[in-house]
Formats: sequence, structure tokens, C-alpha cells
Amino acid sequence: MLNEGDLDVLIAEVAERYGYDFSNYARASLRRRVNRLLVIDRFPSFAELLYKIKNDASYLPHLVQELTVNVTEMFRDPATFKTLREQVLPILATHPFIRIWHAGCSSGEEVYSMAILLQEANLLHKSLLYATDLNPAVIENIRKGIFPLNLMKDYSENYIEAGGRNDFSNYYTAKYNWAKFDESLKAKMIVATHNLVSDRSFNEFQLILCRNVLIYFDKVLQDKVLGLFDDSLDQLGFLVLGSKENLRFSPIAKKYTQLTNREKIWRKTG
Amino acid sequence: MAQNRIDNFKVIVIGGSAGSLDVLLDITSLLPSMLKAVIIIVLHRRSDSESILEKLLSYKTQISVSEVEDKEPIRPGHIYIAPGDYHLLIENENTFSLDYSEKVSYSRPSIDVTFESAAQTFKERLLAVLLSGANADGTEGLGVVKEYGGYSIVQNPETAEVGFMPRQAINAGFADSILDGKEIAVKISELLRQ
Repeated sequence: MLNEGDLDVLIAEVAERYGYDFSNYARASLRRRVNRLLVIDRFPSFAELLYKIKNDASYLPHLVQELTVNVTEMFRDPATFKTLREQVLPILATHPFIRIWHAGCSSGEEVYSMAILLQEANLLHKSLLYATDLNPAVIENIRKGIFPLNLMKDYSENYIEAGGRNDFSNYYTAKYNWAKFDESLKAKMIVATHNLVSDRSFNEFQLILCRNVLIYFDKVLQDKVLGLFDDSLDQLGFLVLGSKENLRFSPIAKKYTQLTNREKIWRKTG
Repeated sequence: MAQNRIDNFKVIVIGGSAGSLDVLLDITSLLPSMLKAVIIIVLHRRSDSESILEKLLSYKTQISVSEVEDKEPIRPGHIYIAPGDYHLLIENENTFSLDYSEKVSYSRPSIDVTFESAAQTFKERLLAVLLSGANADGTEGLGVVKEYGGYSIVQNPETAEVGFMPRQAINAGFADSILDGKEIAVKISELLRQ
């Protein structure tokens, strides 16, 4: 198993050679990712992994993909999506144009969930959904809109719990083991790579969702990224975090008011 | 178990799955109210259910019980519960962190993950307790606990509601002590009063 010194060496190597800076990632989780990588790629020891990183640039995309966590689902925490549907979208509806940023959205399940909400509220035509992640490989999936069919039962249940009234299977076509989501849902998606560690604000939004991404960062990086969101959010815009993430102790907290039902949704009021 | 220095609090991580709730409630009700240790509970349960565990445990003790939020400080004298559908990690001596990565042994939270992470940080100050359950989670983590000098208590599979999980750990040779449910509660309260 990896020791703390090994982790520092790897972080320095990847930053210097490839420009991906993991130095402010939460250590406990990152150490697990590297240990997992040693197992799945069958490296006998850390030295072999390091040699690969130093000598094979083609290994980088896979490395970045495995060091980061790309687990996500549709309508995760249905109560949060229900609140978006019932309390946030009616406010956004008053805008002539709606810009939404899904930061660190991985393979895009949540972006499709949002597109479904917008379509049902008849708002999709005047919305733009910016879907970004640092992994080029995973965001490719957003463009395809294809997800494993065996997950659709769970997603359908989440959808109904989130206040959905349609037959969820109307939104996709099943083929072999895959569900391909309706083209109309992705018409308003803009997919791009964006690294929250090193890239800047690129637009102004009325709604930013970044769920279960900050948990992989240390406090310093969390505060920096929350500052980036603050810079990118319109006055009275909304910020949505993961169910165990909190704005409470961050420097931007005083400008934000959490919705009264305690969902992890804050409004920029200050 | 090595002697604890005065300034170093003890850490107890309790992992349980099917059939472990009653033992957990017994352990909680016998905890001294002036608790100096940190208690961390990792229990397999349905991910979508609102946590009633926090309430159930709160009825049994005056010690504060709460589900962990990301980067929450680790404070002695508290009972912490791993939130449903997240792995609970120890970022450092003073801070928790959460992780939504792949399930381990079909479980999230995984007992292995928290045992391993706590072992690496708290070493010989860690007491790991593995209770009743129907899957193999916990055994590998107990191995790491042993490797770092921690102490392990495993529930007696003969009297546990579901013996599979503790039996795995015992067969692997990672149990320092094998006790019935009631005895575990008494043993922990004794250790904490020392």
C-alpha cells in the first residue's frame, strides 16, 4: 500500500508534467484512488505506476479518469430535484433566458435530469445547460446521451419521487443494454472540459449545480471553488451542493441564504 | 493495546450490518455520559431512507449523535454516524471526509473503507468492533486495523443474529476478542472508564 510520501511524489509529477494539480484534493480519498489504480491496472508496486506516468503520456487520460471519482446518477436525492422543480424553476421562468452550469458533472446523468425538469416546465427552449468536467473521456458520454439500461428502474423511481408525472421510459429508447435519451434533451447542452482547480469563471449563471465534487477537495480548494461559483452566479441566483456538503463555514456564506426546507440549495441574496 | 497518552483520545469504530441494531443500541445505552473517546458508527442500510438511526441512538444516550457532513471536525465526546450512500473517511486526526466512489463489498458506506482509513490515522488508539451481518464487509479493514496496531472485537457469530460477517473476520484471524452482543457493550464501557 501507498505511503504519504508516494502520494506527494505522484501529485508533483502529474502537476509538473501534465498540468493537473491534485495537491489540494482531500488526501484520504485520493490515496484510495491511487491504491485502487494499482490494483485495477495490476502494477506490482508504486514504482511501476510512477514509471508509467513519467514515460507514457498516453496513460494520462486514464490516470485522470481513475484518480477522480465519476460516480453519479439521475435525480439523485429526489427531494432536491423536487425543490428545484417546485421552488427554483418558477423563479427562473421569469427570466427571458436561463443559463445553468453543471460543474464537475461527470458522465452527465444530472444534466439530463435537469433537462427533463426544464422540458416539463416548458423552459428548455429558452435555457442553456453548460456541462463541464475535467475528464475529456467522461463528458464525451454527455454528447451521446447513452446510459446503462439496468439503472433505469432506479432512475424512474427517483424521477417519480422528484415529482415526475410522466412515464419515465418515454424519455429514452432502449437498445440492447443501453438507454439512449431523446435528442431534444441535449439540444440545449453545451459540453466542455473545465478544471475547477485551474480554470476561471466563463459566464454568468442563474443556477449552478456542483454536487459531490467539493467532498474531494480540501478546505482551501473548496473555498477557492466556491469563490469561483460566487463570481459566476447572478445576484439572486441559486447554488446547489451535494446532500452532505455545506456552505456554512465558507467565506461566501454570508452572502447566501439556504432555502427553508433545508435542502442543499442556497440563494445569493447578499 | 498500547497505553494511550493523556492528550490522545481513543477512537472506536463500530461496523454492523443485518441484525446489528440491537447490539448497537445496547452499546450506546452503556456509554459513559462523560465520554472522552470518539465513536464512529458505520451501518449498512437502505441508502434512500431518511436516517432514523440518529434518532434511535439519541434516545439511548445523552451524548450528541450526528451524521457526518463533509470535512466535519472530529471531536471527542461525540458519536458520529456514516451517512447513507457515502463512504466515511478520516482525512486527518481532526477532520472527517466523505467519498461517493464505487461501492465496496456491495456497500456504501463500507465498513472496510472506514476501518482502513481510521487505522492509518489513529493506529494503536483505534478499537474496531465488527457486529452481525450477512456480507463480507469489514474483514479486510480489520486486517489493516491489526497491521497498524489497533485492537479488534468481533461479535460471536454463534449468538449474532446473522453470523456470516463476524465469522469471516474470525476465520481470517483478525479477532483479538470474540464476545456476545451484551458483553461487547459492557467491554466497551469498561475500556472507556479506564
